[in-house]
Amino acid sequence: MAVFEHRAEVLQNEEVAPDTYLMGLKSVPIASAARPGQFVMLRVAEGVDPFLRRPFSVCSIRDGAVVLLLYRVVGKGTRLMADIRTGSSISVVGPLGKGFEPRGAGEECLLVAGGMGIAPLVLLARSMGKTGVMLLTGYGTAAEIVSPVRLGIEDFAAGVATEDGSAGHHGLVTALLEDAVAEKGKKIVYACGPPAMLKKVASLCIEKGIQGQVSLETIMACGMGACLGCAVPAAPGSGRSSFHVCQDGPVFSVSSIDWENL
Amino acid sequence: MNQLEPDLGVSLGPLRLRNPVLTASGTFGYGKEYAEIVDPNLLGGIVVKGLSLEPRPGNSPPRIVETPAGMLNAIGLENVGIEAFLKEKLPWLQSLDTAVIVNIYGHSTEEYGAVAAQLKGAEGVAALEINISCPNVKMGGMAFGTDPAASAEVTETVLENSDKPVIVKLTPNVTDICAVAAAVEQAGAHAVSLINTLTGMAIDTETRRPRLGNVSGGLSGPAIRPVALYMVYRVVRAVSIPVIGIGGIMDVEDALEFLIAGARAVQVGTANFVKPRVSLDIISGLRKYCIDHDVQKVEDLIGTLIL
Repeated sequence: MAVFEHRAEVLQNEEVAPDTYLMGLKSVPIASAARPGQFVMLRVAEGVDPFLRRPFSVCSIRDGAVVLLLYRVVGKGTRLMADIRTGSSISVVGPLGKGFEPRGAGEECLLVAGGMGIAPLVLLARSMGKTGVMLLTGYGTAAEIVSPVRLGIEDFAAGVATEDGSAGHHGLVTALLEDAVAEKGKKIVYACGPPAMLKKVASLCIEKGIQGQVSLETIMACGMGACLGCAVPAAPGSGRSSFHVCQDGPVFSVSSIDWENL
Repeated sequence: MNQLEPDLGVSLGPLRLRNPVLTASGTFGYGKEYAEIVDPNLLGGIVVKGLSLEPRPGNSPPRIVETPAGMLNAIGLENVGIEAFLKEKLPWLQSLDTAVIVNIYGHSTEEYGAVAAQLKGAEGVAALEINISCPNVKMGGMAFGTDPAASAEVTETVLENSDKPVIVKLTPNVTDICAVAAAVEQAGAHAVSLINTLTGMAIDTETRRPRLGNVSGGLSGPAIRPVALYMVYRVVRAVSIPVIGIGGIMDVEDALEFLIAGARAVQVGTANFVKPRVSLDIISGLRKYCIDHDVQKVEDLIGTLIL
């Protein structure tokens, strides 16, 4: 698999919801090679603070030349990122990792996102087209919702949940998933979000015998399989004690992770 | 051809390197991980991830945490084991035109010897680097490296079981690194490399738990560079075997500091994570420095510190 490292021009860095930004990087090589579920490593500052690169899922690709990244300001690195002006450039490495396994022809699937977990599912949805695809998204509150139009997913069948009930279903997105599974039976589930949400998605998939793929997030140093810093516990019987999120993932089958010890 | 094209080659005892820039163990995998971005044939050499007799699963996560100008790691020497290395990793490394240095680790003196014995006669292995300095494993590792006598014993055992030049990687977590360096020189080591990481920790104030699953870890990155440089400076004056400088090297300027202090080569470690092409940038930077300063051979620079 081809991996590239270069300075990319920042074509956009727009606030699409409070503290939530959509950054567009000009990178023909990465835009051409990236598959849904893969990620890039960004060096958000030139100096040593923050020191490490930051991993971001490829959220979307525009015109085969622009890599879009969706992020929320949560710490020092993302705060600096939010201040990056269009026209400047930033060092990017990618595409990295293994992405989602595509669904079989005609198979129906549910895409389940918690918060910024929507990022990799946007590219996945757009790569599949809207037939047989339903997108379930969960946020803390209505103000956090990133407009589907901004993400280019407005044509997909969708359900929204907010934890405070300010929009859509009052509760967790996993409740929407349970309803959808109960109503329409087995489907393929693709999910990304916080660990607690993914654990719930995994247990539901395992219990119902549904094929599920989840994209995990961890701290990473290299993103290339060299530092072995991003280990997650592997399920008993997987033949491994751990997986490395950067290289074995970030997308894993729900059955390969030891969820109890994650 | 420019008549001033400098000679970047260096000798480390019996080992001859095309240039003095090596990638440090644990930061460059088995070389292949970076091959898409860094042509390994341009490097002075690659020091592969530390290998033990049996595969090791490594420590529980989280294994890394970012710190000011650096990072803490507690990987715990996760590795495929020497047998899998010989079968799955070495053939690709043998196809390279660069010095492949195999970093080895053991729980006991005997295990160090057993790993070295497995590598006896292995083609394409230029040297061994003995890790007696890992701070993240309960048995072995730093327990040897903090004791001059135990360090010497491990060195002797590896030498008895090996037909390769032997480099001993030293820990900075000691009162006097020169005493350990002198002990392994006495035991017959061909070179020493220093420093491994400095022990440290970080705490999450919200959860009041350590940020590393292992509680403590090893600090690396530019934060440790002045400490490393001074230790290299001191060890160069304490032993007559070659010294390889390691510790927070991020660019050619940093590498030059170590060479001027007396290191005959350098290893680039944590910087690989941040700037994957850093080792190649350092090599071209060294060439430029030599041309700009009328230095014919990079070896003429080594130990030229003016006091």
